[in-house]
Amino acid sequence: MSAVSESARTVASANPFARAVRDSLIVAQRNLIRMVRIPEVVIFGLIQPIMFVVLFTYVFGGSMKIGGSTSATAYTNFLMAGIFAQTVTFATAGAGAGIADDMHKGLVDRFRSLPMARGAVLTGRTLADLVQTALTLLVLAAVAVLVGWRVGSNGDTNALRVLAAFGLLLLLGYAFTWIGALIGLSVRTPEAATSGGLVWLFPVTFLSNAFVDTSNMTPWLRHIADWNPFSATVEAARVLFANPGESTSTAWPMQHPVWASLIYSILIVVVFRTLAVRKYRSATA
Amino acid sequence: MPGAIHAEGLVKTFGDVRALDGVDLDVPEGTVLGLLGPNGAGKTTTVRCLTTLLRPDSGRAVVAGVDVLRHPDTVRRSIGLSGQFAAVDEYLTGRENLQMVGRLYQMRGKAAKERAAELLEQFHLADAADRPAKTYSGGMRRRLDLAAALVVSPPVMFMDEPTTGLDPRNRQQLWEVIQQLVSGGTTLLLTTQYLEEADHLAHDIAVVDHGRVIAQGTSDELKARTGGERVEVVVHDRDRIAGTAEVLRTLGKGETTVEQHTRKLTVPVTGGAKLLAEVIRELDGRGIEIDDIALRRPTLDDVFLSLTGHTAEARPGAAEDTESTTDTEGAVK
Repeated sequence: MSAVSESARTVASANPFARAVRDSLIVAQRNLIRMVRIPEVVIFGLIQPIMFVVLFTYVFGGSMKIGGSTSATAYTNFLMAGIFAQTVTFATAGAGAGIADDMHKGLVDRFRSLPMARGAVLTGRTLADLVQTALTLLVLAAVAVLVGWRVGSNGDTNALRVLAAFGLLLLLGYAFTWIGALIGLSVRTPEAATSGGLVWLFPVTFLSNAFVDTSNMTPWLRHIADWNPFSATVEAARVLFANPGESTSTAWPMQHPVWASLIYSILIVVVFRTLAVRKYRSATA
Repeated sequence: MPGAIHAEGLVKTFGDVRALDGVDLDVPEGTVLGLLGPNGAGKTTTVRCLTTLLRPDSGRAVVAGVDVLRHPDTVRRSIGLSGQFAAVDEYLTGRENLQMVGRLYQMRGKAAKERAAELLEQFHLADAADRPAKTYSGGMRRRLDLAAALVVSPPVMFMDEPTTGLDPRNRQQLWEVIQQLVSGGTTLLLTTQYLEEADHLAHDIAVVDHGRVIAQGTSDELKARTGGERVEVVVHDRDRIAGTAEVLRTLGKGETTVEQHTRKLTVPVTGGAKLLAEVIRELDGRGIEIDDIALRRPTLDDVFLSLTGHTAEARPGAAEDTESTTDTEGAVK
């Protein structure tokens, strides 16, 4: 093959960053095609949070005291930030299972034998998951409105603040998919990745301000809940939505939830992306 | 000058198991080397080291003129890998799979598209091109996997047990594809447990056992080591064994072995079919009735047995499990 036809056929890859972006998008596209071909995954991913919204609203709603009110509507308004946050974090199990499945089926070997950017397989996967998470949030928000959720129910907000809240939620979900990716790379089977990817999420999402007011917890538990990175995003979303139940805690993340949420999420991405990419290279290398 | 694939003293241990115990290989450009050995012999580990998937503990490897350990990314541009189980995305169509791989080889979108169409045609997958790969038969998947490895027409190819688990018809088809490929000048390293396959496809055969190359040569050279042809006779009547043995002693070129219970006699010979005819005439002349007679050439199975003391078929409790725990190789099913 002559040099001329070679350059017409291949992409100039002088810039490693451009190459990494291109490769990641190719992998993301592949994962999005899969999502369309296996809609069950997306659908089941939706059913669970919708069930949570309905069950929590109608079962717990009447007996919860939020911001001095025991009305079910007050609880729905309080609850939604928590459900949104829980929903984005549950996407991590899917990322882990998907990556474990690719390893198991030998696709990761195929990718690793190609001259592509090293982190692209994982980045592509997490980007595709981000798209799915965004879709899930959209549907869930519509369901929430149907059961009575309203932004600005406890003060003023605006479209920009609501969008910022969803932005922080998506960032949290993105950060958590890197934890899922690391789990997926560390276990032997996709089944283990699914259960291993879910089991730690229960304490993380329940030892928090997502479903209850932390001021009713025993002090040491409350301390954990107030410093939980997950709580920071819930609190930030709650404040930005102007929904009731704002934390009265003096813990720094509860006082500055937007900053805390940003810092926590970025920190998780940096740490877990580094670990996952290293694992990807050495787990099979 | 070292060949297109060259390895020196590759060592790889997994925990206590020495999967590779100093593998030396050399595959001249444009030839096929068959890596033959049972499960757990270290075939897959060798391929993984040479294709940059696994870093050996020590040793050196050069593929397509590039040092594998120092410049793995450059090596990846010149190699194609087709694995033990078809590594294609089953929810993507055949066309999408090939286009994705082409683009990840840094091809432009249009070039990747054209190349995918070309390969689908060449591998008789054009009709199924736009169906998800999970609807493909086993043989079709293997062909798609092979096509994916050939997207950039790499000068050096690695195939890890390309026909394991395929039925005879699909195996034959895949052999034809591989032979076409090799006639185009590609250097190929192929691992197999099937003696027949190595015999059929490879110019040179390296026999591996316990992480080491224990013999290397052409199929004929390896067979010559085991001794040449033999005549095997099964007599009808147990009483005539002695008489038959006498005939074989005079016509054969070595010691006659006798299996009393099967009434089978074997003797090394030279002279092939002509001698076989002579044996038949002589036995007939003496009125010895025979159930079966054959001129047997040594198979690679015989070679393996004489080299290692065990056959090439899977040994129970072989070390492959140890390999599989460390990576994705788990499918030794």
